[in-house]
Amino acid sequence: MTGLEIVAVIAAIVLSLAAAGTIYRIAAGPSLLDRVIAADVLLAIFGAGLAMEMALNRHTDNLALLVVISVIGFIGSVTVARFVAHRKEEA
Amino acid sequence: MTIIDVLTAICLLGGALMSLAAAVGLLRFPDLMSRMHAATKPQVLGLFLMLAAMGLQLRAWTLVPLLIVAWLFQLLTVPVSAHMVGRAGYRTKHRRPELLSTDELNDVVAAAVEDRDGN
Repeated sequence: MTGLEIVAVIAAIVLSLAAAGTIYRIAAGPSLLDRVIAADVLLAIFGAGLAMEMALNRHTDNLALLVVISVIGFIGSVTVARFVAHRKEEA
Repeated sequence: MTIIDVLTAICLLGGALMSLAAAVGLLRFPDLMSRMHAATKPQVLGLFLMLAAMGLQLRAWTLVPLLIVAWLFQLLTVPVSAHMVGRAGYRTKHRRPELLSTDELNDVVAAAVEDRDGN
């Protein structure tokens, strides 16, 4: 293994631990907005993993996917934030 | 390992540690606002470091605008969604006033309510 591959394995382990932490926060809550933030972070970790894979294998195939992931995170959190606000105002 | 590989390794490890810091923050911090503070690290700086690692490995000038666009897009959308989530959190009483040292928005809201009731 070259040095960069060892670094990649370490970074992948760290990213997996981070993803596990955010998944725990999505499961545990306690509120909907906590889950939204944790899901946003999980998408950011996916993006970091994609960019890392592209850097190691030296291609740019997933760059569009990276942008799409950030769009999905943006639309998702804005939608849920609006939904939460409206539900509470009606109640 | 060449010097570029060393720089790439630093960028990759830095980006991964940003993600880990956000996860630890999400698990450890007590309320919504402080969790939001932790959440922005991998979204902006973590992604920047990973894209920098990509740029260092591919070394093509045609790629640089694409990387900047991908990062700028994240930079533009993250504050908007954070603002929306924070606003919804404040309105739906997700804040914990005993943890705040100052709450200026509370005074503004109280003044606005008083103003409306007075007229």
